[in-house]
Amino acid sequence: MSAASETALTAAPAVDSPARRAFKRLIRRKGAVVGGIVVILFVAIALLAPWIAPFDPAATDWSAVRKAPSARHWFGTDEIGRDVLARVIWGARASLMAGVISVAIAMAIGLPIGLLAGYRGGFLDGLLMRMTDAMLACPFLILAIALAAFLGPSLTNAMIAIGISATPIFIRLSRGQVQAVKVEDFVEAARAVGNPHWRIALSHVLPNVVPPLMVQATLTTAAAIIAEASLSFLGLGQQPPAPSWGSMLNVAKNFLGQAPWMAVWPGLAIFLVVLSFNLLGDGLRDALDPRHRD
Amino acid sequence: MMTFLVRRLAIILPTLVFVSFIIFGLQQLLPGDPALAMAGEERDPDAIAHIRKTLRLDEPIAMRYAYWMAGVVQGDLGISLRIQKPVGELVLQKLPVTLQLAAMAMLVALLIGIPMGMLSAVKNGSAWDYGANVIALWGLSTPNFWLGIMMILLFSVELGWLPASGYVPPAEGLGANLAAMVMPAFVLGNAIAAVMMRHTRSAMLQVLSSDYVRTARAKGLYERAVIGKHAWRNASIPVITLGALEFGQLLSGAVLTEQVFSIPGFGKLIVDAVFNRDYAVVQGVVLCTASAYILLNFLADIAYMLVNPRLRS
Amino acid sequence: MNKTLTAGALALALLAGVGAAPAQTLRIGLAEDPDILDPTLARTFVGRIVFSALCDKLIDITPDLKLVPRLATEWNWSADEKSLTVKLRPDVLFHDGEKLDAAAAKYSLERHLTLPGSFRRAEIRGIKAIEVLDPLTFRIDLEAPFAPLVAQLTDRAGMMVSPKAARAMGDKFGTAPVCTGPFKFVERVAQDRIVLERFEQYWEKDKIHLQRIEYRPIIDNTVRLANLKSGQLDFIERVAATDLDDVRKDRRFKLSSIVELGYQGITINMGNGARAKGPMGNPKVREALELSLDRQALIQVVFNGEFEVGNQWISPGNAAYNKAIPVPKRDVAKARALLREAGHPNPTIEFMVATTGEAQQVAQVIQSMTKEAGFDLKIRATEFASSLKLAEQGDFEIYYLGWSGRTDPDGNLVQFITCGSPNNNSGHCNQEVEKLILASRSTNDLAKRREAWHAIARVTLTDRPIVYLFHRKWFWAYANKVSGLVEYPDGLVRVHGLKVN
Repeated sequence: MSAASETALTAAPAVDSPARRAFKRLIRRKGAVVGGIVVILFVAIALLAPWIAPFDPAATDWSAVRKAPSARHWFGTDEIGRDVLARVIWGARASLMAGVISVAIAMAIGLPIGLLAGYRGGFLDGLLMRMTDAMLACPFLILAIALAAFLGPSLTNAMIAIGISATPIFIRLSRGQVQAVKVEDFVEAARAVGNPHWRIALSHVLPNVVPPLMVQATLTTAAAIIAEASLSFLGLGQQPPAPSWGSMLNVAKNFLGQAPWMAVWPGLAIFLVVLSFNLLGDGLRDALDPRHRD
Repeated sequence: MMTFLVRRLAIILPTLVFVSFIIFGLQQLLPGDPALAMAGEERDPDAIAHIRKTLRLDEPIAMRYAYWMAGVVQGDLGISLRIQKPVGELVLQKLPVTLQLAAMAMLVALLIGIPMGMLSAVKNGSAWDYGANVIALWGLSTPNFWLGIMMILLFSVELGWLPASGYVPPAEGLGANLAAMVMPAFVLGNAIAAVMMRHTRSAMLQVLSSDYVRTARAKGLYERAVIGKHAWRNASIPVITLGALEFGQLLSGAVLTEQVFSIPGFGKLIVDAVFNRDYAVVQGVVLCTASAYILLNFLADIAYMLVNPRLRS
Repeated sequence: MNKTLTAGALALALLAGVGAAPAQTLRIGLAEDPDILDPTLARTFVGRIVFSALCDKLIDITPDLKLVPRLATEWNWSADEKSLTVKLRPDVLFHDGEKLDAAAAKYSLERHLTLPGSFRRAEIRGIKAIEVLDPLTFRIDLEAPFAPLVAQLTDRAGMMVSPKAARAMGDKFGTAPVCTGPFKFVERVAQDRIVLERFEQYWEKDKIHLQRIEYRPIIDNTVRLANLKSGQLDFIERVAATDLDDVRKDRRFKLSSIVELGYQGITINMGNGARAKGPMGNPKVREALELSLDRQALIQVVFNGEFEVGNQWISPGNAAYNKAIPVPKRDVAKARALLREAGHPNPTIEFMVATTGEAQQVAQVIQSMTKEAGFDLKIRATEFASSLKLAEQGDFEIYYLGWSGRTDPDGNLVQFITCGSPNNNSGHCNQEVEKLILASRSTNDLAKRREAWHAIARVTLTDRPIVYLFHRKWFWAYANKVSGLVEYPDGLVRVHGLKVN
């Protein structure tokens, strides 16, 4: 915390910034706090993977194929003798990246289009929104499958496919937000003063669009991690020998009878991370949405 | 009201045109040669050339789109080259299956989502709230295919209570039909329950803090009556609208669940056709489901208008 | 819509009446969804399983690959080996009541040759004319001697379709096929089921004990097995090798198996376009690749050791196997030496593999085996439909690909190594081999044909357009109440003798 804000606090203790108030509301929601901590934990695991993984995630061992959890291999070994724990740890990278990057792609495309459509209105808005509606009408996973098949199976392409498929939600959301904001007094005032459009859009409209987008981003990250797992299940996600939780499940499903541990750990990891993102997103929504103040 | 309807209808057509662009473009741009994919192990150049000709693969993409659209406008969705069956017939064959699965899944979603959402709103901030949240969210946080396989192993292989997969037409026995559908409906509905729960919760929270619920409470009405009668009636509108949209998504969104449970519905039809490069099937079926989705969207809007008089003006 | 429903309900009501003896219904789980059920247009292996109940063929094989009469009672080559005279059984009816005679057989064969989009034409292309000699005898005239013809008649090319139905249905014939098999077509719900029913006028009906067969495609191995265990299926094909212990332990089920006719191998791009110019274009690098592999360890790791190692296009148990060239032992030191000699001590090679789990496991094991010899294989997972195109264009270096196998070794070999053949992805082309192929095809003397194949083996197994790795086994698991299954190496389920008790 900087000295400046300390002074601000002492000077005017009763007036918190909106972001601050939102943060305070957020940390009062236990679910969101737990979710946030678990997400941070998994991010740490993903970042520290090279140092904390007990084995090379691609190192095979013909003499230890599908061995149950033991002191040496805490989570057991997989179908070609690799350490499942190491793969779950490295898999966190792929799965979190799939979640975060595909959402970043969706936002990078969706936000400008939404801003543009909402701010300009008129024919352009109509055109962009019909295209968005059309994309929304095509089922998300089928769009992602077709895109992933088109681009070729790989983690990067899966992220692009998921990102593009998730774009319409962000277009819709930011456009709606812009439409609501642009008639507000402060925007009208900025316009009256003679600010250029781009400055109004960036400095007055954008800040008001961000909070709901943050909520949506958190929730979509959760959905994107599931989507990566689903694409991997169809063989269109992370490719061997690199692990992702989805591709681990895809292989593990063939050995459920003989080696259930191959499936339990990546399944559990997906569940925990996605649940945490969802809890965090719900908490954020409640904290940022003025209607939900308690 | 009328102007709203007209304006709403007027945007459906351009949306449908864009839908047709997307599904046609995506499908036609898929890598690999559909004729080769169709031929499988066989490699007779003459036969492959014949498939190319049937699919008009050597013509420019704009022409192929025109041919397709010309057929669609006349109600001809083309023929599945893989099994020589008209796509329209395939759609009709699979429609009852998909509808039943979607309806059952929706029922599961409502049965879990609404009570949980109400509970969590009424007991806002309590342990009940968190409990309801986690229960609803676990469905959203588990990959469908994963939950499906786990359920098959537990309920079919270990316990032997339910058939592992497949579909039994209701005419061959309603009991068998339902038994086969219970697990996939649960897996699908479970995921939607979380969405329903969230929306029920926020709608309820909003209504509960409104003046007229306060009035009802002040009048000394029992809490149960306040929540059941007054609050829920108002909170249900957005939930029902959302339900219609989720139902629309279900028509083709059951992709992996149908795959795992071998349910011969739209989702499985589309995915298998993508991998087999059976162009006409992908295009035709997605066009149908997308149109249905857009139509449901439209109907939901109208319903929303009807129950919410304030929006009519 | 309404009409469809009523018709459906009526059909179901009828079926319910027939299904009075449900004990004699066999529900078979298939590993894939068959394509069109028209013997002329069909392409998939799994479709042949359905055909084996639906459409009889002129000639059949025995489990040890000898030819035996089926619709044809005898077949004889002329002295110049350019025409084949076939005699038909007198008592065969099509499912629509039409009689199978020489004219109908001629029609079926000509349909294979002329229907647009026919995938049979290439198999019997050498046919010049078909002549009806008497009501039950016809003669096939060839342009040149073509030994594999008879073997082709044991498969889809030898299946007879009802001329009346085929004329009426045209290219839609596959939606309601009419053949001469022991079972007739009832209905097909795409991706869900194919239902067949006993044909009462079948000429060999005392050997048919089942009343009804339902084929259900369930692609996922785990789910297919789960259906057997929970009683929704009586019989499943292609049990995963890693599930076998599980099935063996379960006293409710029986397991049958036999080595396949096909093979699994690595196709090497040695002459198909620009990418053949890389390290794999060098025969020493190809030899090093083979020597760096331990086939036995490969199948041990990935398939629990259930499959059979091999190094030729037919399995070591096949009579045509060249015993002089046994499966080579792994020799990492020699592989390293070869790579150094070739000037590529650490070649980086792109390894194209389908996205299925099993193929990827094999690829990863091969990747780590070859690493010890100095190879750096980059696995390029490619969706199957795309990989076929890339393979044909020569846009690959090495490619893991199998072949489902044919009765005649010719069907496993020639189309993959003949110069310019559409299935020759490796781009192998050798004039000496071309001559030997011609020799192997222009005589019906089996000893001479084997001699030619052995000579081809000496060349191509050193040239290595394909490194053959192993032969899968067909595994069928079925409930104890099912009996009478005879295992055939072609992987088809013949319904003769099958019983449900």
